[in-house]
Formats: sequence, structure tokens, C-alpha cells
Amino acid sequence: MWKQMIPAFRAVLLITIVTGLVYPGVVTGLAQALFHDKANGSMLTDNGQVVGSSLIGQNFTKPEYFHGRPSAAGSGYDGMASSGSNYGPTNQKLIDRVKADEAAFRKDNPDFTGPIPADLLTASGSGLDPEISPASAQAQVARVAKARGVDAGVLAKLVDGHVEGRQFGVLGEARVNVLMLNMALDQQFPVKK
Amino acid sequence: MTANGVIQILIFFGILLLTTKPLGAYMAKVFEGRRTFLSPLLGPVERVCYRLCGVNPDAEQRWTQYAGSLLAFSVFSFLFVYVIQRLQGWLPFNPQGFSTAHAPGNATAMTPDLAFNTATSFVTNTNWQAYSGEATLSYFTQMAALAVQNFASAAVGIAAAIAMVRGFARQQVSAIGNFWADMWRATLYVLLPIATVAALVLVAEGAIQNFKPYDTVTTLEGAKQTIPQGPVASQEAIKMLGTNGGGIFNANSAHPYENPTPFANLVQILLIFIVPTALTYTFGKMVGDTRQGWAIFAACAIMFFAGVFVVYHYEQAGNPNLTNLGLQASATDTQPGGNMEGKETRFGIAASSLFVTVTTDASCGAVNSMHDSLTPLAGLVPTVNLQTDEVIFGGVGAGLYGILMYAVIAVFIAGLMVGRTPEYLGKKIESKEVKMAMVAMIATSLCILCFTAISSVVTFNWDKSQYWNPAQGNPKPAPTSSVPAAANVANDGPHGFSELLYAYTSGTENNGSAFAGITVNTPWYNLTIGLAMLMGRFLFMIPLIALGGSLAGKKKTPVTSGTFPTHGPLFVGLFVGTVVLIAALTFFPALSLGPLVEHFLMHSGKLFTWVAPALTHIANSGVWS
Repeated sequence: MWKQMIPAFRAVLLITIVTGLVYPGVVTGLAQALFHDKANGSMLTDNGQVVGSSLIGQNFTKPEYFHGRPSAAGSGYDGMASSGSNYGPTNQKLIDRVKADEAAFRKDNPDFTGPIPADLLTASGSGLDPEISPASAQAQVARVAKARGVDAGVLAKLVDGHVEGRQFGVLGEARVNVLMLNMALDQQFPVKK
Repeated sequence: MTANGVIQILIFFGILLLTTKPLGAYMAKVFEGRRTFLSPLLGPVERVCYRLCGVNPDAEQRWTQYAGSLLAFSVFSFLFVYVIQRLQGWLPFNPQGFSTAHAPGNATAMTPDLAFNTATSFVTNTNWQAYSGEATLSYFTQMAALAVQNFASAAVGIAAAIAMVRGFARQQVSAIGNFWADMWRATLYVLLPIATVAALVLVAEGAIQNFKPYDTVTTLEGAKQTIPQGPVASQEAIKMLGTNGGGIFNANSAHPYENPTPFANLVQILLIFIVPTALTYTFGKMVGDTRQGWAIFAACAIMFFAGVFVVYHYEQAGNPNLTNLGLQASATDTQPGGNMEGKETRFGIAASSLFVTVTTDASCGAVNSMHDSLTPLAGLVPTVNLQTDEVIFGGVGAGLYGILMYAVIAVFIAGLMVGRTPEYLGKKIESKEVKMAMVAMIATSLCILCFTAISSVVTFNWDKSQYWNPAQGNPKPAPTSSVPAAANVANDGPHGFSELLYAYTSGTENNGSAFAGITVNTPWYNLTIGLAMLMGRFLFMIPLIALGGSLAGKKKTPVTSGTFPTHGPLFVGLFVGTVVLIAALTFFPALSLGPLVEHFLMHSGKLFTWVAPALTHIANSGVWS
């Protein structure tokens, strides 16, 4: 083994250069040239102002916005602390959190009856999930419509327009991007101040 | 389970069926040193690498020399990663100023024990992460230390597997190939080309790839949000392809910047399995009978499907405690139902369950959902997958040499039953081979069970705990009490034990996924899990290279009517039976204390409230106090 030390040292140095500098360098060059916006974070702008990324969820608490899922990232959608809750299925804290959120949801959305879509009261894996299921968006339509003073039917159509189906018709799940939906809301039905 | 979900799983497997033969045949050519379609491009690069390293790729090595080269390479890999981490504050590509005076307030310090754990973790192809990437590591550390080992540790695994296969393929020679040739060929011809293409596909789907400092934006509701950036896609591709699993971000493949869409997710899961499945064909090709490879493929496929459908079933059934609160349990066209805690909307239940199974069948350990929040029996599957020594296709290389170890044990058991000297691929399996296989198998079992047992009971008195395992919990327990290591778990009851068991299982088996609630960035856990990773890697791999060396020296015995055929359904059944039996016999008691009992408690509505156990222990009662 001792005779192997010099080739080993050189090999580690060389593989560091090849796979640690050349490879990411080449990929970055190609990515920046071919997919500039995506490589830089899929940022969304409003009047030239960057308001976030279409891939990173934001915390929404006001009644006139659609709300995302509970987030375990920091104090909620903290980009520096991506994380799930890591609550096991028999953890009292999980049940307490869902119970509290359920009561709050029922209070804020008195027009909605029936079982609540599972994704709306469960914390995502990343804590930054930008999306909710279409059912979870529809469940909030009545509240948002009232807060903005628009017809619920019109709003339901807007939500439908923002539904992204399964990719290629089969992969993953249908979903609605919360930030993009809320930006469209502000544009089309601004809150009267 | 929904029809769509089952179709997603079948699409995944169908693609692998298509790639196994062409990629497997290509790799056989590469490792036999023959020309491939990439030779005109990569041949010159390969020769320059040999020249710069001062090695002769045609110099055949005995198993001891082969293992010596491999260990020397791993030692320097460890030193490089350790030193780069410790010096990252002085190195370039560090826009957030980690390990400097300008580090963000919530940054994690790169302590010696954390650097040891992380270096061990990436060199052993584990990618256990006791840190949170976005708050700890500079871009330089991610690229030039960690991503390099994603290539290197994968190439080492492939090399070791190919060396062992040569033991079966050759006869009456003492040499099993040249480590440097195998390592560079795996890197240049297999890993780099696939990773480059895959990285670009991921960027096209939305994964980021830049060297910008983190962005700070003002959200629609007027709050400030910091959005981390970095060279993500390039590391992501090799993280999956090399079955490494260590993400740039804490949330790993659940993070939208690592895994932005359902298609990106499919690509990632395929990357985990593409080399391990193809290696079964490479194996068949190199030993001169592709049916042998397909038999192993079939055995692995049976265990894969069993696992994925158990996870999918129990995750879709959901958590009855939440259904009782008025959450929708069944899937509809507009929402996924089931247990969505810890899962992303875009993946839903099926694609998450598939990921859980594949990442633990292989030694990958990336996660697109939080394993800690799985329902108990769905969480049992990844735990058991790891405890089979990851031989359900398994990690790159590591899977194949583990599989061959079980094949040796399987024919040994069959030999005992019929009273003949066992043979595999014409090689007589004798005392030395069985001993080597047993050393490998017992090393991992012992490591998992002993470390789990020790951490379950060890207690530190207050003074020692300040360094070894600072008390967790808010408020911190009074400074007169003693602190058990088990106090670091985040869930009480059997789930807390599952977290501990999973941590040492994941470390030993070089997987790296976690029941991540447990707090592991303390010197106690960094050192013990670091040791588990080293033992699980090298005490498993080296005996199997020795086994290959021993087989290479043997003559091939001709096939007779009394030879036990190892390419038919009987062998497939025997192989699956051996894997399941050994895992069950070794780990059933531990599993019954964790996920099995939790399943019944969950259905009886029993919940657990966290009480810091530090307060309930009597001081000075532990091993280390």
C-alpha cells in the first residue's frame, strides 16, 4: 500500500481538477448559455422588481391571497432552512398542529365543507413547496373572492387556468403554483385600499 | 393505490429494462479495455491521466495490491475533503462567507468532528449529512470536495465490483485487474458522460447552476426571503448517478431547486438505478453467460416490486390519526390524499413512494420526501432495504459485490441441503470463500446493532455532555442532570428508536438517508456514525475483493448433470429467500421494537408527547460518565 501513496495522491489531485472544477465549469457554461433563466433560479418579476422564484414557495397569511402548505422551514418558507417537520405519525405535535390548522381553516373558510385536501394541512418535505393541489386552491376560492370583492365563479375559473396537470399526462400530480396565482390575482383583481 | 400511480412505477421500470442491456454491454467493453464509441474522444484523456498519475494501466494486480491501491486512494480522498472543509473560509467561491467573520448568523460551524464525519461520509459513498448545506458549505467545498467524491467513491465501488467479477470470470491466475485503470475508466467513460447530460436535463427542468451569491427578495406580503443559489445541477446529477445522495440543500431532492418537476424526479430515480441494473448485465457478459446476470436482475426486481408496493399502499392509506381530524384520505383527480406529511405536491404519493424504495434499494440515500414522516410500515421498507446490505440492485458497484456475496451464501446453503460442494459459475465455493462472505456480512450487522444498542443506553454526565453531546430541547434541562445520547431523537416512543436504528443502519450501509428528526451534529454522533460508515464500507468491501482474488486462482469445473443451475427460477427463489432470511433473522427483534410496534400503536390512536429524557435519568449511570 505504501508504494501506492504517490500515484494515489496524484490521482486524487487530478480527479479533483477533472470532476471538481472542469466538470462543474463546463456544465455551468452550457447551462448559462442554454437555459439562462432557469439556471439562475426561475425568478419572477413584477414591474421590474424581483418578487421571488416560481420554484420557491412564500409564506401567505392574508385572507386575500391563496395560502400554501404549512412549512417547517424556519419560521415558515425560510430559504436558508429548507426542511420537513420530521414528525413521525404518532407524534402528538403533528396531531396538535393539524388540529389547530384545521380549526383555523374552518373558521377562515366557512363556505367550505367536506374533508380538507390532505396536502393543505401537511408540511411539505422541503418547507418550500411552491404548489398546492387544485382541490386545495378551490377550497380557498370563496374566502379570497370575499376578501377581494369578486365573484367566486370568476375566481374559480382563474384557478382552473393556473392548474398544471401531470407532466406528459402521467408523471407526478396536478398542482397550482401559489405565488404565480397570487401575482395574477393582484394584477387582475387588485385589493381596494 | 391509483391506476396512474401504478403506471408511473411501471414506466420507471420499463425504461430500466431498455437501458440495462446496452449500458451493461458498454460497461463490459470499457472494463475489458476494448474500444467504445467514446474512445476517440476519451482515449487520449485517459492516457494523460495515467501518465500524470504515474501508473501503468496494464500492470495486473493481485487482490492485495488492488485493495492497497484502493485504500491509498481513499485515504488521500479523505484528507483532501477534510482539509478543504476546514480551510473553506480561506478558499474561493464562498460568497456567503461561511467559516469567516462574515458568515450569516445562522451558519453552522465546520468543527473538526463535523469535518471528519462529512469527509468519511463522502469518501465511503454514504453522503450522510450532519449539516445543512445551504447554511454550512461554500460552493468550493461542494464542488471540489464533495462532488469530486461523488465521482470518486462511485468509481471505487464500480472498480471493486469489477475486480470481484473477474474472480469469477478468470481461472488459475492470481491477478484481478488494475485498480487505477478501473477507477479512471469508470469515471471517464461511465460517470462523466452520463452526469453531464443529466445535469443539463435537470437545468432544463429548472434546477439551478450558477455561482451567484444568495438572492434576497421582498415577497408579495412584504417579508424578506433569502433564496440560496449555487452550482446545484452538476452536483445533483452525479449525486444520483453515483448513488451518493448528498444534496446541496438540507431538504435534498425534495428541494425545488434540486428536483423541480415530476420529470426531473423521474430522471433522478432512473439515475440511481441505471448503473446498478446495467451492472447485472455487465456481470453476465464478463462471466460469459448473460443468463446469470438476468437471473440476478430478476431476483432484485422481485424484491424491488415487493418494497415499492408496500410503501405505496401504506402511504396512500395514510395516517388514521389525521383522517380522523377531517383530512381527505383517498386520492381524487384534484388532490393526492394519503400521507402527505413530508411530501411535495408535485410528486404526490406514488412518485414519492417510488423514490423512497429506490433510494434505499441502492446505496443512494437522496430523499424527495421525509422518511421520518412515513407511516410505520412504509418506513419499515427502507429500513429493511438497507439492512439487506443494499443488494436490491444496490449502489453502483457496491450493489453488485453485495449481490455476489449473497449468491455465494445462497449456493453454500443449497450445497448444505444436497450435500455437494457448492459451486457458483463453475468455481468451487470452499471454506475460504464462505469465510470471507461471512466476515463481510457479520461486519455490517454487528456494526448496526452494537452502535444502535450503545447509543440507546449511553449517558453522559453534565460536564462531559457539554462537549460530547450537548443537551437538546427547549428549555435546556437543568445542568445537574445527565444527558443520554438517545435524548437527541425528535420523536418519542417507538419512532424515536426507529430514528436511532435508522441512523446507524444508514451509516453502516453507506446509504446516507435519515429519519432526519434526530440531532446528529454532535461529536458523539459524528464520531460513532463516522466509524460505522468506515466499517460498513471497508470491512465489507475488502473481504469481497479477497474473495474475488481467491476465486481467480481456481479452475473452472465443467458443468455436469449434478451442477446446480444458477440461471433459473430455482436460484432466483433461493437468492431472494437467502437475502430475506438473513435480514429477518438478524434484525427482526430490533424492527419489532421500532416500526412494527408503532404500526399497531398508530392504529390504536396512541400518541407520544416529547419529554426530554435527560430529566428522567439518574446522573452518573452511564458508560461514559
